[in-house]
Amino acid sequence: MRYTRLKAVTAAVVLAAGLAACGDAGSDDDSGSDVSVSENAADNFDDGTKMKEIADAGTVRVGVKFDQPGLGFMPTGGDIPEGFDVEIAKILVASLGIDPEDTSKVSYVETVSDNREPFLEGDKVDLVAASYSITDERRQVVGQAGPYMVTGQQLLVPEDSDVTGPADLQGEEVCSVTGSTSLENVKAEGMKPVGFDTYSQCVDKVLDGTVEAMSTDGSILLGYASQNEGMLKVVGDEFSEERIGVGYSKESPEMCQWIVDTLTEASEDGAYQDAWDATLGASGEEAPELPEMDECM
Amino acid sequence: MDTVIDYLPEIGKAFTYTALLFIISAVLSLILGTILVAMRVGPVKVLRVTGTLYVNLVRNTPLAMIFFFFQFAAPRIGITFNWVDVHIGQFDFTSFFTAAVVSLTLYTSTFVCESLRSGINSVSLGQAEAARAIGLPFGGVMSQIVLPQAFRASVPPTASALIAMLKNTSVAAVFGVIEATSQMKSMTNDNADARLEIFIAFSIGYIVLVEVVSLIAGSMERRWRIA
Repeated sequence: MRYTRLKAVTAAVVLAAGLAACGDAGSDDDSGSDVSVSENAADNFDDGTKMKEIADAGTVRVGVKFDQPGLGFMPTGGDIPEGFDVEIAKILVASLGIDPEDTSKVSYVETVSDNREPFLEGDKVDLVAASYSITDERRQVVGQAGPYMVTGQQLLVPEDSDVTGPADLQGEEVCSVTGSTSLENVKAEGMKPVGFDTYSQCVDKVLDGTVEAMSTDGSILLGYASQNEGMLKVVGDEFSEERIGVGYSKESPEMCQWIVDTLTEASEDGAYQDAWDATLGASGEEAPELPEMDECM
Repeated sequence: MDTVIDYLPEIGKAFTYTALLFIISAVLSLILGTILVAMRVGPVKVLRVTGTLYVNLVRNTPLAMIFFFFQFAAPRIGITFNWVDVHIGQFDFTSFFTAAVVSLTLYTSTFVCESLRSGINSVSLGQAEAARAIGLPFGGVMSQIVLPQAFRASVPPTASALIAMLKNTSVAAVFGVIEATSQMKSMTNDNADARLEIFIAFSIGYIVLVEVVSLIAGSMERRWRIA
C-alpha cells in the first residue's frame, strides 16, 4: 500500500515538475521579444565614448522598475524583469553587442522613483529605463533621451465604482507613490494625495476600500487592472502627459544620440513593435508609433 | 534656495503634520506607558505577565512592521480606521493619520514604560515600604510616593524615547501621511537640481523640532530637581 502511494506521489511530483518546466519555457518565449545581438559592436563606436567602453567591457548595468507589471516587473523567483521598459533596455543593450538575457553580463538593478538620478550621478547604473518621465529639472542633473513612449495619468478604481474622472473625486483620498510626479498631479487636480512606498501597496488600499482610487500612468494601471481582472478597472481621460525616456549620466552626453538612433532603428525594423506586443500590448492593444524624440544637445 | 522658498507653505504644512503626529502620539504613549509600567511593577501577577509580554513583543518588532500590520494585515481581519474622518482647516485626519498615531503610540509606549521602570527601580524600596506602613494602598503608594520620584529620575531616558519617536514619524511618509519626509521626497523628485538645499532645509526642520523637545525636557529636569 505504502509503496503504491509513494509511487503515485513521486509520479505526481515528476509530472508537476515537468508541467512547471513546460510552463516556464512557454512563458519565457512569450515574455520577451527576440532581440538580435549586434556582433563586434565595439567597432561601431568611436574611441573614448561610453558606448565603446561598455561594449569593450562586455558588461552593463541597467536600472529598471521591479514592481510595475507591464513595464518593469520582477516575477517571484525570476532573474530577469519583464516589461516594456525592460524590452527597450534590452534593445539598447543588444546594440552594444551584449546578450541581454545573460545575467552575468547585464545586471538589472532595481531603481525606484526617488533614486534614479542618484544612481546615474553616482555611477551605479549605466542606463535607466524605469518609466522615467522627462522633465526640465531632471535634465539639469542627468541626461534623458527620448521619449520612447508618451503616456498620461488615469485612475484605477474598483469595478463597481461610479467614478469617471478626477471631477468625481474632489477632496477624496487618492493613492500613489510617495514622492512621485503622479502624487503631485493628484494634488493639482484637487484630490487628496496619499503616498505609499510602491504601487502594489496602493492597489491593496484600493482593494480593501480605504481609498477610492489610485492614480499614475495609464500603462501602469492597465497592468494592475489585468492582474486583478473583474475587481479593478481603469477610468477617465488622461489628465497629464508623461514623456517617458531613457536616463543616462550627464558625463556621457554622447549616449543620447546613440539611444535615439538605436530606438529609431528598432522602430523601423519592428523590434519596437515586438517589444510592445510582448508586454503592454499583450491585452491586444495596438503598438503606438514611436513618438518623435527630442534632439540631442 | 529659491526652490525651498517657493515651497515654504507646503513645507510648513508638512512639518505641522509631523509635529501633530508627534504631540498626539507622545501624549498617548506617556499615558499608555504609565499604565504599562504600573502593570509591570504591580502586585497582580496576570497584569505583570501581560505587561511584560506586551513590552517584549512590541519593543522587539521593527516600527515599519507595525505600520505594515495596521495598513495591510489588520484590514483583512476587520480592523480599520475608516470611521475617522476629521477635517480641521486645511488639515485632514483620516484613517492614515490614525493608523500612524496608533502604530507610533503602541511602539513608543514600550520604551516609555521601560524608562519609567528604570526610574521606579531607582526609588529605594524603603520608600514604598514606608508608604505601605502608613496604610496607603498600592494606588496611593504609586501615585503619592513612588511615581513622583520615578518621573523625576526618568525624565532624561523618556525624553530620549520621545525624541526617537519624533524622528520615527518619518516612517509614516510611506504609509499615507504627507508629513515632512514625504514632502521632501516629492520635492526632491520634482527638483532634482536642488536636492542638496532641500535636504538641508528639511534636516534643519527636524533639528529645530528635536531641539524644542530637548529644551522642554531640560526645563522639566531642572524644575523637578531635588533641591
